[in-house]
Amino acid sequence: MDFFIQLFTDPVLFYNSHELLIAQVGVNSILAISLFVTFYSGQLTLANAGFMAVGAYTTVIMSLYLPLPLPVDILVGTLLAGAVGFLVGLPVLRLRGIFLAIATIGFVEALRLGVILNVPITGEGQGLKNPGADPLGGIVPILVSLPIIAYLVWRLTRAKVGHAWAAIREDELAASSNGINVPLYKMIAFVIGALLAGYAGALETHINFFVDPTEYSVTRAIQILTFAVAGGTTNVLGPIVGALFLTSLPEIIRQASAYRDVVNGVILILVIIFRPQGIVAGGGLAINRPRWWPQNWRLRGRAASAN
Amino acid sequence: MTQQLLNAIFIGSIYALFAVGYTLVFGVLDVLNLAHSAVFMLGAVITYSLVALHGVPFIFAALVAVLVCGLLGLVIEFVALRPLRRRNAPPISALISTIGLALIFVAIVEQATPGTLFSWLWQDGANSVRFPTGAVPNPTYHVAGLTLEGTKLGILATSVVLMLVLGYVIRFTQVGRALRAVAENRRAATLLGIDVDRIFASTLFLSSALGGLAGLLFGLALSDISPYIGRDQVELKGLAVIVLGGMGSIPGAVVGGYLLGLIEVLAFVRFGSNVEAGVAFAALFLMLVLRPQGLFGARLKERL
Repeated sequence: MDFFIQLFTDPVLFYNSHELLIAQVGVNSILAISLFVTFYSGQLTLANAGFMAVGAYTTVIMSLYLPLPLPVDILVGTLLAGAVGFLVGLPVLRLRGIFLAIATIGFVEALRLGVILNVPITGEGQGLKNPGADPLGGIVPILVSLPIIAYLVWRLTRAKVGHAWAAIREDELAASSNGINVPLYKMIAFVIGALLAGYAGALETHINFFVDPTEYSVTRAIQILTFAVAGGTTNVLGPIVGALFLTSLPEIIRQASAYRDVVNGVILILVIIFRPQGIVAGGGLAINRPRWWPQNWRLRGRAASAN
Repeated sequence: MTQQLLNAIFIGSIYALFAVGYTLVFGVLDVLNLAHSAVFMLGAVITYSLVALHGVPFIFAALVAVLVCGLLGLVIEFVALRPLRRRNAPPISALISTIGLALIFVAIVEQATPGTLFSWLWQDGANSVRFPTGAVPNPTYHVAGLTLEGTKLGILATSVVLMLVLGYVIRFTQVGRALRAVAENRRAATLLGIDVDRIFASTLFLSSALGGLAGLLFGLALSDISPYIGRDQVELKGLAVIVLGGMGSIPGAVVGGYLLGLIEVLAFVRFGSNVEAGVAFAALFLMLVLRPQGLFGARLKERL
C-alpha cells in the first residue's frame, strides 16, 4: 500500500524512484497496442514478439557497428520490423483464427531458434551488450511517443481503415461481399502491428544494457496478449490500462511478486470468463447464473399472475 | 546413425503420445488445449515427487500421476472451458483461458522451493532434475552394435500399446462411437441422446492422462524434469506435430509424432544441434502455408 501512498503524496519522488518501472510500462503499453491493432481486425497473432526482436536487434547491431545517431537506428529498426511483418504476413494472412495464431507462434520460435541463436552477429545465445543504453534518459522518448501512438491508433479506428477492420472482425465474408478489400486491410493491420512492435523493441533496448534472445519468445508474446485481453480490446485505452496494471502488479504486491505468473494466469482466466471485454469496456459482467437462479423475479411474478 | 534413428523412434513415441491428447481435444471440442503442455510437465513432476520425495515405487507413482493428470483434465474442463461454452464464447476465449491455466500450473511448480506453499510437490524451483538412480530399473542391452536401454524400450512398448488400445476404443466401443459422433457434429450428437458434456469431460480426462503419461515418460527417457519441459520441449513441437498430421486426426498425430522425431534427428545429424530446434517450427510454418489441413486432416476446408 505504500506504493499508492507514495504515488499520491509525492509524485516527483515516485517518478524518480520508479523510473524503470514507468519506462517498462510504457514499452509494454506500446506492445499491447500493437497487439490491439491486429486484434481489432479480428486476427490473433503472437508474432509481435518476433517483430520486437527484429527491431531490438537491428537497433543494437546498428548502434554497435555504424556511427549513426540513435534515432536513425531506432527508425531503421522499426522499418525493418515492418518489412519483416509484410513478408510474414503474405503467406500467413490466408489463415484464420487458431491457424494464424499457430503460424505466428511458429514464426516467433523459428526466428528465435533458427536465426537469432545461429547468426554470429546477433551474439547468439549470450545476446549483445548495448553500450549506448540510457536507462534514465530513455524514458523520455517512451513517454512522449506513447500518447502520440495512442492518439494515432485511435484516429485510425475511427477512420475508414478502422471501420473496415471492425467489419472484417465481425464477419469476413460479409465484409468482402460489401466490397472491402479484406486481404489489404488485414495486411495493413498486421504491418502496423509489426511497426509498433519493432518500435517498442527498439525503445526497450534503449533502456536495457543488453539484448538477449530469451526476451523475445512466445512467453513474452503471451504476456503481451494478457495485457491486451485483460485491459480490453474494444478501445485503445484498454491495452494501456492492461499493461499498466499487470506490469506494476508485482511492485504493488511485493510479497506475492514471486507468484506473479500465478496472479497473471488467474487474472487472465477471471477476465476471460467473467468480463471478456476487458477492464476498459462497456457491458457488464458475464456471469452465468445456475439453472435454479431466478432470472428476473419481477417479470416472472408478473407473467405468472397474468396467466 | 542407426543409433540416432532409434532415438528418433523413442522421442517420436513421446511426441506422438503427447500429440494424440492434443488432437483428441481439438477434434472433439474444437478447442486447442494449451494447458496440455502444463499437464505434461505435471505428469513428470508428480511422478518425480512421489518417487524422490515420498519414496513410492516407480510403477505405482506413474499410475497415480497419470490418474492425477486425468483429474487435472477435468479441472481444465470445469474451470476453463465449461463456463465459456455455456456462454457461447468465441473459441479464442477458450484458447486464452487454457493459456491462463497453463501459466498458473507452471508458476506453481516454478516457485516451489523448500519452505514454500507447494514444497510437498516439488522442491527444486526452476531447476532441472532427474529420477534418482536406482529408482527405475534400467537394464541395458547391446544388440548388433546398438545400445538399447530398458527404459526406452519400455517407453516404446507403452506408447504402441496405448495407441493401439486407444484406436480400438475409438473404433469399436460405444464410448468411442459417441466421441466420434460429437467430433463430427455436436448438435446431431445431442439429438441422438449423447450426453455431450460428459463426453467432453471424458475426452479431457483421457487426453490429459495421456499427456501426463507422455510427460513422465519424457522425464524418464531424457532424465530431465523441470517446470519448463512442457513449454520449452513439447508445447510448440506438439503444435507442429498436430499441424503436420492434421488437426483432429489421431492417426495423423501418431504419424506426425514419428515424422517430427525423424525430421529432428535428420536435421541434427546433418546440420548440428543449433538448427535442430528451429526445424520443427520451420516445418510447422511450411505446412501451414502449403497444406494447412496437414497430412490426414480433411474436415477443415471451411475454416480457411
